[in-house]
Amino acid sequence: MSTSPRAAQQKFEPWKDPEAKPYVRIEKITKQFGDFLAVDDVSLDIYKKEIFCLLGASGCGKTTLLRMLAGFERPTSGRIYIDGVDMTSIPPYERPVNMMFQSYAVFPHMTVEQNVAFGLKQEGLPRTEIAKRVVDMLDLVKLGQFAKRKPHQLSGGQRQRVALARSLVKKPKLLLLDEPLAALDKKLREHTQFELINIQETLGVTFIVVTHDQEEAMTLSSRIGLMNHGEIIQVGTPSEMYEYPASRFAAEFIGSVNMFEGRLIEDEPSYVRIECDDLEVPIYVDHGISSSPGATVWAAIRPEKIMMSREKPQQADNWASAIVQDIAYMGDMSIYLLRLDSGKVVRITQPNTYRHADDRITWDERVHLSWHPESPVVVTK
Amino acid sequence: MTARLKRLGLRGRNLVTAVPYLWLIVFFLIPFAIVLKISFSTTQIAMPPYEPLLHWAGEKMLQIQLNLANFAFLVQDDLYGTAYLNSIWVAGVSTLICLLIGYPIAYAIARSSPSTRNILMLLVVLPFWTSFLLRVYAWIGILKNNGLLNNFLLWIGVIDQPFQMLQTDFAVYVGIVYSYLPFMILPLYANLEKLDLTLLEAAEDLGCRPWQAFYKVTLPLSKPGIIAGCLLVFIPAVGEFVIPSLLGDPGMLMIGKVLWTEFFNNRDWPVASAVAIALLLFLVIPIMFYQRAQDAEAGGGVHR
Repeated sequence: MSTSPRAAQQKFEPWKDPEAKPYVRIEKITKQFGDFLAVDDVSLDIYKKEIFCLLGASGCGKTTLLRMLAGFERPTSGRIYIDGVDMTSIPPYERPVNMMFQSYAVFPHMTVEQNVAFGLKQEGLPRTEIAKRVVDMLDLVKLGQFAKRKPHQLSGGQRQRVALARSLVKKPKLLLLDEPLAALDKKLREHTQFELINIQETLGVTFIVVTHDQEEAMTLSSRIGLMNHGEIIQVGTPSEMYEYPASRFAAEFIGSVNMFEGRLIEDEPSYVRIECDDLEVPIYVDHGISSSPGATVWAAIRPEKIMMSREKPQQADNWASAIVQDIAYMGDMSIYLLRLDSGKVVRITQPNTYRHADDRITWDERVHLSWHPESPVVVTK
Repeated sequence: MTARLKRLGLRGRNLVTAVPYLWLIVFFLIPFAIVLKISFSTTQIAMPPYEPLLHWAGEKMLQIQLNLANFAFLVQDDLYGTAYLNSIWVAGVSTLICLLIGYPIAYAIARSSPSTRNILMLLVVLPFWTSFLLRVYAWIGILKNNGLLNNFLLWIGVIDQPFQMLQTDFAVYVGIVYSYLPFMILPLYANLEKLDLTLLEAAEDLGCRPWQAFYKVTLPLSKPGIIAGCLLVFIPAVGEFVIPSLLGDPGMLMIGKVLWTEFFNNRDWPVASAVAIALLLFLVIPIMFYQRAQDAEAGGGVHR
């Protein structure tokens, strides 16, 4: 998982401030296409200068939600407020919102310059101001020397930047980005992610990004809204989403996870103990959960939070024994697939801290796994 | 065997491209050369009714005699100039009317659902299942003084006595627009159907009302379709003979009719050929300039 460049910044958490007014308020939005419920009763508050990612698999309703924000779709019910103004029935050309399309939708019959100037001409701004703002914007996205080119003479990455410049030059209150990086190759994508964040910080525009790529969501966003079947499953910062998933779906969608199904055998305010069919000893978690004893729960443990050793751990709980089934060497780390005696395969990752490690654990070895009591996340759904 | 064919340049790819070339040579270039040859010849009462260009002047002398009088004649006699201008005017107006009617039709078809789209396209080409000549004749029945349209207008009481429509320019326009409209709709539809609708959404997103998005995005992007449609209507309409002679005023001068008269009534093949060549040049030269300008605008870059 890549680290967010936002981590280095000072804390930006307007959603925790009860005084802060949301910039975009989505209120009980539902969108139905015939029998199909694309967006199901979604409510969201998004704050100024946020990069909010709507994350989900294709068909989860995230693009429909974004299109309703842009004004291309009317919600079946519910309301949308931007900066306190009800936008629900305002047509797209009157919204203070711009969108960057997944296909970029750069006008093929216009030069880069004309594309960027398009929205400003539409506003009827004076010629000199248009020229100045276009030049500034092209410099910002590093396309100055391509101003006179036609889109078919540009690479995919350059076209993406034309689309970005074209939507940003109008100084929208809110920029909607539909899969902004999906069409770029991996190297360019990583580079562009950081560029996007820089531009967003320079201009102070609020971004709402739709993506299916959890890594992209983790890197870009201040907060993520995870969607499935038209519903918002969970909203949180990237680290909240990763470390405190609220459901099995959230845990499994973001990052990889080992999920142990079990029964709650001890449920105290300060700890719980879970008995799993796949494990010989119970899972001990050092925080309470609100559920009744005997209930079926799932303990989710991230691969990097499981330790592996040849020696049997001394503790009574939180360990398992397994056989190394497969190893994938990734360079920076290795992924081990370990088969428990029950047959369940557990995935763990280990950083390759040392270059030469001759006694590295290898195929078909018997190993013991263990984890700290604070590592598992217990979810009830 | 294959090696020998290869040496002759007869590889698969060349053979495939050879087919259109062969077609154009046999059915366009050779007939054109023949017509060009006749246009430089002189009439004579013989079979064929013109003199050959090549003469044996004896003593191993082969003479070529080019008679430029036919072309000079076209310039000297006003009749031809008037006929050309008339034809270009009629064809131009008809093309414009076809565009004004055809564009909305093509647009509507391109925006309809895929299943209705096929039915609508079928309806557009359906008239071709009946002979062109029959369809033009049918218009006589509709437009004549006691025809369908006049009777209808009399019946609803808009007019008291029949309205002279047949043998007027109006009838010619009706005939040309009706006959050539599909040739306008087909290329326009092919173009409009390909239009990426997110471009229109992008335009709206950037502040365009729907009609502005149409004017700034759809219309410029459909330029190739408009041009193709206009050429497909304009070029045959200029040389149109059947429609003006069946529906139009007998005195109306159109170049197609002039050509017919020269050829069949006056049996002056050289002048008729000169008329045809001049018409071809009139049409081809502007199109060539247009193509040149288009290529220059595209900057020799990759075409989408």
